[in-house]
Amino acid sequence: MLSKSQAKAFFIGGTVIFGGIFIALTVDSMRQVGARTHEDKMTDQVVRGKKIWEKNNCMGCHTLFGEGAYYAPELTKVYDRRGAAWMSVFLKDPEAMFPGQRKMVNYHFNDAQIADVIAFLKWCGEVDLNGFPAKPPLRDLMSRPAAVAAPQSVSSKPQPAVFQAICTACHSLGGQGGTVGPALDSVFARKSKAEIAVWLADPAKVKPGTLMPKLPLAQEQIDSLSDYLSSLGGAH
Amino acid sequence: MKFKSQQIAYWYFAAALLFLCLQIVYGFIMAFAHMGYDVLHPFIAFNTARAVHTNLLVVWLITGFMGSAYFMIPEESDRELWSPKLAVIQLIALVAVGVTAVIGFHFNWWEGRKFLEIPRELDYLVVLDILAFLLNIGMTIFKGKRFTSTALVLYMGLLFAALLYLPGMIDFDNQTRDSFYRWWVVHLWVEGVWELIMGGILCYLLIKLTGVDREVVEKWLYVIVGLTFVSGILGTGHHYYYIGTPRYWLLIGGIFSALEPVAFLAMAIAAVTMVRKGERKHENRLALSWTLACAILSFVGAGFLGIAHTIPGVNLYTHGTLVTAMHGHLAFWGAYACINLAMIAYAMPLLTGRKLFDTTGSLWAFWLSNVGMVSMTAALAVAGVSQVMLERRMGLDFMTVQREIEVHFIGMALAASLFTLGIILYVLNFIRYGTPKWEGAQ
Repeated sequence: MLSKSQAKAFFIGGTVIFGGIFIALTVDSMRQVGARTHEDKMTDQVVRGKKIWEKNNCMGCHTLFGEGAYYAPELTKVYDRRGAAWMSVFLKDPEAMFPGQRKMVNYHFNDAQIADVIAFLKWCGEVDLNGFPAKPPLRDLMSRPAAVAAPQSVSSKPQPAVFQAICTACHSLGGQGGTVGPALDSVFARKSKAEIAVWLADPAKVKPGTLMPKLPLAQEQIDSLSDYLSSLGGAH
Repeated sequence: MKFKSQQIAYWYFAAALLFLCLQIVYGFIMAFAHMGYDVLHPFIAFNTARAVHTNLLVVWLITGFMGSAYFMIPEESDRELWSPKLAVIQLIALVAVGVTAVIGFHFNWWEGRKFLEIPRELDYLVVLDILAFLLNIGMTIFKGKRFTSTALVLYMGLLFAALLYLPGMIDFDNQTRDSFYRWWVVHLWVEGVWELIMGGILCYLLIKLTGVDREVVEKWLYVIVGLTFVSGILGTGHHYYYIGTPRYWLLIGGIFSALEPVAFLAMAIAAVTMVRKGERKHENRLALSWTLACAILSFVGAGFLGIAHTIPGVNLYTHGTLVTAMHGHLAFWGAYACINLAMIAYAMPLLTGRKLFDTTGSLWAFWLSNVGMVSMTAALAVAGVSQVMLERRMGLDFMTVQREIEVHFIGMALAASLFTLGIILYVLNFIRYGTPKWEGAQ
């Protein structure tokens, strides 16, 4: 039977051997991390963004690389998901974007700070994470009839850039886009151009308690969006 | 109680229990926020509550470990503490740093790195404080009349815990490098050196409570801590699957994480066997119950629930979800909270000369807190698995899923109420013991 000194030798020997292997692997990992994380693209702006990320303990609610708290969305691929335009609008006033829902602290970032945070998150999204976050394997099995049946909306007007950047985060058109708000394919049948413009200027004024935020849109953007949406039926 | 300076342990235990109570309050704030009632958001945002909750956990456990060491080491070394005065100063400093950090979290003063949120300025004070502690314990052992393996393992655990705090203080601009070394602290603490501390305390309690020969218990202690390090060091790899580190960590982390429960299983089996075979029937059955709860629940929480989601193919979907919170709750409770509560339950009658271990209150404290924590773990498991299925497997939007699982946090809060009742009873019993009395060596 094992003696006490043998047990002690097992403890010390095991610790030394596996500690040694761990150190060796650490050295090798550090050698590879530069390329895997595209360290050459890690600009000063990215580093400033990381400082802001840490300064405000963003990990206290969000996860990044799957690490952090589980109260707010995982942000590794947020740049691909939302895009810079949406993120800058959101960071200006987080609660306005999701009225009446789970809240995020407004840190009153200035434009430069917002650009830093976005640069940091964009860099994070490009790191080789061995396949994380995975594509949801069951997504394709769940039928989305709307996506199949939706007619390709035709408009004589060009689609404003802001539509793809902001609106599609929540709304869909031709089956493409978010599912938070209603699909916009037939909005022309429900609202006139003028009504759409009034709605976009301040949704809560038209319908108190709506989930639609008051977006910081310029008058030209409101005009082009209402023009575009009301012309989707192709009748104009 | 054999030595007068052991009394200092009482104040450490009192501080630890105070921090525990505060930790629970912030836990409730988070549970309500998850339910959709975040009325405290303007004053205590979720990230504040979260940082307070996890950092208080670390602080109360470490305070408890220190108290345990101050109680054990004089007896193990057969002499008074090297400097009782330093021990008192060190406690006051520790509490001051802890309280300052917690208040700072409410004013956006922190580092924002998971589990290591304490601001850098305070980190240096923590290091100083731990050095003072290690000096005090080290000198006591060094000058002692007796040198036991239990004391050695405990001291090694405390020393390595202090050393491993340092990699967490290196600054990196690269998020991946930053995270890599952050786990040197967090993982190698809780799945490495803290287990030495826990093993040392467990060993001491088993020797005292079961009457099994010291040589036998200490032999098993070496086997268990040996298994812990053999599996746990490379087991760090399960934190390196998806943070930008090389692919081989999936293999290494997967294999060695799968071995991690072996150490916990060995500990559970050794403890149960010793209790069954031990000839001494120690009158403090309550301390024995807590000791067994520690050995068994650490296997379930840290060992079994750990391996349940460290398999790389599973972790790809559970990584960064409430499944982690589920594992974390029972692991910390079983391994580290229970060992502290066992030590306090064992030490209090000796410190105060009053025998309050078979009171109804202390029995209810044991059962309510344990059943409560197991139920909380179950509620988090349902919430976590639902989140994984809906969000990670089916691809639904994060907030849509969060609204779906809000209901499970009602269950969580109910279970937590049961748990809290248990802790309140434990604290009331602690208060009833009164302060330590020195009536000469016994």
